[in-house]
Amino acid sequence: MNSASAPSKLYSNDVSLLVVLLDANPFFWASSAAASGDSASQHHPTAVLSFSKLLNHVIPFLSSLLLLNQFNQVVLITTGVNSCSYIYDSEEGGAESATGKVPAACSKILLRLEEFLTKDRLLGKGPDKAVASSVSSLLSGSLSLALCYIQRIFRSGTRHPQPRGSPDGPEQYVAVMNAIFTAQRSMIPIDSCVMGVQHSAFLQQASYITGGVYLKPQHLDGLFQYLSSVFATDLQSRSFLQLPRPAGVDFRAS
Amino acid sequence: MSSSAAVQRRFDLAAMGDAATRRQRRVGNEDDDDDDEEEDDQGSEAWGRAYADERSWEDLQEDESGLLRPIDTKALAYAQYRRRLLQKCAASATSSIQKGLIRYLYLIIDLSRAASVTDYRPSRMVAVAKCAEIFIREFFDQNPLSHMGIVTIKDGVAHQLTEIGGSPESQIRALMGKLECSGDASLQNALELVHGYLSHIPSYGHREVLFLYSALNTCDPGDIMETIQKCKKAKIRCSLIGLSAEFFICKHLCEETGGSYTVALDESHFKELFLEHAPPLPAIAEYATANLIKMGFPQRGAEGVIAICSCHKDVKIGGGYTCPRCKARVCELPSECRICGLTLVSSPHLARSYHHLFPVTPFNEVSSAVPFKVSQKFAQTCYSCQQSFVSHGSKSTPHVSCPKCNQAFCLDCDIYIHESLHNCPGCESRPGSTT
Repeated sequence: MNSASAPSKLYSNDVSLLVVLLDANPFFWASSAAASGDSASQHHPTAVLSFSKLLNHVIPFLSSLLLLNQFNQVVLITTGVNSCSYIYDSEEGGAESATGKVPAACSKILLRLEEFLTKDRLLGKGPDKAVASSVSSLLSGSLSLALCYIQRIFRSGTRHPQPRGSPDGPEQYVAVMNAIFTAQRSMIPIDSCVMGVQHSAFLQQASYITGGVYLKPQHLDGLFQYLSSVFATDLQSRSFLQLPRPAGVDFRAS
Repeated sequence: MSSSAAVQRRFDLAAMGDAATRRQRRVGNEDDDDDDEEEDDQGSEAWGRAYADERSWEDLQEDESGLLRPIDTKALAYAQYRRRLLQKCAASATSSIQKGLIRYLYLIIDLSRAASVTDYRPSRMVAVAKCAEIFIREFFDQNPLSHMGIVTIKDGVAHQLTEIGGSPESQIRALMGKLECSGDASLQNALELVHGYLSHIPSYGHREVLFLYSALNTCDPGDIMETIQKCKKAKIRCSLIGLSAEFFICKHLCEETGGSYTVALDESHFKELFLEHAPPLPAIAEYATANLIKMGFPQRGAEGVIAICSCHKDVKIGGGYTCPRCKARVCELPSECRICGLTLVSSPHLARSYHHLFPVTPFNEVSSAVPFKVSQKFAQTCYSCQQSFVSHGSKSTPHVSCPKCNQAFCLDCDIYIHESLHNCPGCESRPGSTT
């Protein structure tokens, strides 16, 4: 927007804190898993991905980030339909690393995700809610959680990529925009990786305003390659890398 | 007896010259106090200056047993924040208050002789300029659709430093230039100047003036009461922040026009008072007319498009925004199209102002001493940042909880949520939360 006003922050090292917001909307993933077994997928073989395959790409991506630098930190937050929650924080269990063993993140993540999804489903079955109408995930909630966490850490070089599948919910517009402006002010870039069929206007605006990267991968089988080449770059290196730029930004509110 | 003699001697020194010093040396061995007083009096030693500059005694306070201890700034800051928040919410809780989001503000900085007084480090003028830079950024951040101009008062005459505009950079650049202070301050001349400029503003804009006044007097060419009435008729709302002391004409001006008058006690208080003017003030009923305002939402040009931009009159490649009415290219938003005069904004700019209209409800404090309900389990960690509340055994640090979603938050998150984020993470993480 005001291109001259935001001063560029100089990052002195390549340590980064990455907060990944993973969209676990069961409505979206169920429909895409059904489509992947369909004959229609012959025509669009690359457009769909099931949730288990997604995890196959995301978990090695998180591990690779931790390998890049000893001080990198990764936090995983899941966005459900009825709640959001912290799944994994690489700083936990730091005492065990004294023996030299790297804690096995994979099993912990899967276990916690399983718990989260059952809890999410239970919340949806409450007596007072008719959830059938809300198919969108709670992006604003998880963005707010992530920003509060980052604020607590206060280090330079923090980012947020967000794999996201389901459509935007217009009722969250104001909340999402509030979160985006806060991120812009604290200079936290929001990167987005969209795996649904259509583009997400909210995430396009978020990445544009905060100076992050917006990507809609063409070939979802190679998702890990997209993640590790585009989103694993730390903020210091971004100044001399040519990252994908969006063709146009959709500023609509819905 | 000896103290009065010492005082007498000091006066003699000032009046005479050599004779006094000779007399002092003769009786020098009589009282040690006199010699010490002489040294303190000059204050040219570095250690003396350090004490005078830093005022380290202000950082201490007495506790219950009379011992000295440093001030607990964190608890103080939090208490201040709570007071401010509750004040704001008490005012707006009873009725839905209309706020002026499109503001045309003139900042009037007093550069008279009184601004060179050094009670603020390094001088009042420099401290004011530094705070003004922070204020300008904050102002455009909270009110992206507003405009601001700067006027200075020097030698009894008011000059316009920058024209009223919507970009923070030009204002800040002018402030950072060389500023000198001299002469007297004149309230009336400043008001007349600003009245002339603000009369060209469209009726939907809110006209405001903020004075940063250091002087203790005003030298006016005519009747200032007439000027005040003129401003009141023109619906200009004047507020004033005094740096020295309260005086009647400022109070009268602010009361007549509906602004606020505050006097700063020290630098941090001044900054606090100054930044309080950044968020939009509640609109006065008869000043706010509800109009339909025409605004354009330009599309962003694709990369690689070549066009001549209307603001720099230069060929530009890529980027830029096209005015929807006359298709002229502008470089940045928000701005006015130079060809057809349409106000151009983008939807994120409007969205930036929403949090003024839909604020987050204040959180309730949770006392760690007595549980509210016996069956209620204490929250162990802050919901938003996962920081643990329990430290050193079973004593838990104070925390707050949201009345709507009943999640617990730590104090730092509370401040962050209410001042920057404007979203409660607990409420947003529940389905069916509509704004």
